[in-house]
Amino acid sequence: MNDKKVIWKRKPLIKNRLLRIGLILLISTYLLSVFLTTEIDWQRILEGIPRGKNFIFAFFPPDFITRSDEILAGIFESLWMTIVATIVGILISIPVSLGAAKNIAPKFVYFLSRGVITLSRSFQEVILAIFFVKLMGFGPFAGMVTLSLSTIGFFAKLLSEDIEDINKSQAEAIKSTGSSWFQWVNYGVQPQVMPRFIGLSLYRLDINFRESAVIGIVGGGGIGSTLNTAFDRYEFETAAAVLIVIISIVMIVEYTSSHLRKLIK
Amino acid sequence: MPIIKQKDYKTWKKFDRKRDLQNWLCWFLGTLIFSFCFGLISSKTIWFYVFDSHNEALDLLGRMFPPETNYFFTLIKPIWDTLNIATIGTTIGTLIAIPLAFLSANNTTPSKKFIRPLALFCIVSSRSINSVIWALLLVAVVGPGVLAGIIAIGLRSIGFCGKLLYEAIEEIDENQIEAIEATGANKAQIMTFGIVPQILPAFTSISIYRWDINIREATVVGLVGAGGIGIELDAQIGDLAWAKVSVILLAIVVAVVFSEWITAKIRKAII
Repeated sequence: MNDKKVIWKRKPLIKNRLLRIGLILLISTYLLSVFLTTEIDWQRILEGIPRGKNFIFAFFPPDFITRSDEILAGIFESLWMTIVATIVGILISIPVSLGAAKNIAPKFVYFLSRGVITLSRSFQEVILAIFFVKLMGFGPFAGMVTLSLSTIGFFAKLLSEDIEDINKSQAEAIKSTGSSWFQWVNYGVQPQVMPRFIGLSLYRLDINFRESAVIGIVGGGGIGSTLNTAFDRYEFETAAAVLIVIISIVMIVEYTSSHLRKLIK
Repeated sequence: MPIIKQKDYKTWKKFDRKRDLQNWLCWFLGTLIFSFCFGLISSKTIWFYVFDSHNEALDLLGRMFPPETNYFFTLIKPIWDTLNIATIGTTIGTLIAIPLAFLSANNTTPSKKFIRPLALFCIVSSRSINSVIWALLLVAVVGPGVLAGIIAIGLRSIGFCGKLLYEAIEEIDENQIEAIEATGANKAQIMTFGIVPQILPAFTSISIYRWDINIREATVVGLVGAGGIGIELDAQIGDLAWAKVSVILLAIVVAVVFSEWITAKIRKAII
């Protein structure tokens, strides 16, 4: 008896043995099929390593000075775009999120609003930007429209989830005073979702700024345009400077927005 | 909530006078900032094109319909590539994010002064560079193709997963760790038996969430040459083959809705 050691083993994550083995098999076949169907040109990668090294060294030292006015103009344009787009996007999102909350909207409006949200969420900002640049011409206006529309998908989805979670008795109390629909929303629903609303707005401001850096690549104005121009001119030192500027602004925006969100909570 | 006395009756108002004034000031400043910013944008806009955009849009829609349905079959491979970019990219991203998260969480980091800021810097810089920009850089290094897309998505995911994961690690229950410690476990054992089981649910939901986002991101990395359906989109827009573009857009919507459906299913199965 004593020579047999008792060993404790951790329970497996998935209890059903068949399911466990099946999952492992499924994952390995998937990985194998990915490996077989993706063409990876190792030759090109080997060639690319020294080229990549040169490429990365071309970024140093970052050159803030030569194009400083262009970089500054790009940043400010991005900031204007972000602010306007966030405000416009939120203004549009409010009715959409009311419509997309199950407990407020009638069925028909609910499905319509959900459709709008899904559509806005499906397309990445860059794809939307391509189309708006085509429709409205180059420049920050197209970028602003893009950002506002993609704000809807994010903002309305999360806000409508919060509206669905509101305390019903509070809303009912307002209704029982004989309030109109608008008064009901204003006094019964709005105060309950306000903290989330402010938090989401700050969060979206932060995201919109980050996105404004890429929609410029397809012609939507802002710091992305500056970055793209720098790449096109092979001025990698300037591109490095732009990237550093983007990173530091995002850090500042993120830090302040998370700090503000904590303060509000 | 004050009650205001009018001449002969009392009335209720939501805010008192001071708060009303504050609110008004906030709205005023907000409107001021908004109009200022909009003015600057407007000065850089050629309004003729904007006012003409509805004609342009109608024209474009006319060219997009009817979609060229046969074209869908040539899209299957790019869609498969897109899914792979998202899946493998997410896997790589989360795998790198795990050690980074442990290094940057306040309660598990080996050194608060040196390693934590370094790990946090990695996380933030990965987060602040969009995957398209990562792809732009990587296409130059590893050449155009799926691999560049996978790495780009992976690099972008590190920051996102790392941030959420280290927040989850910081919120773990210390009592459980102490209990494991009391059995005489070493550091590695504390990690595997004390911390990992506590963050596993957060980890799974974070990676699924990121996968869902990455499907969307993977559709655009192709625009700069990094594989997937974006390459087709770029090519067809370049050719002005709008009937094919509409098929691509439909395919993207389907892929995104499909991924959302799957993530919802998995999340329900886990929770």
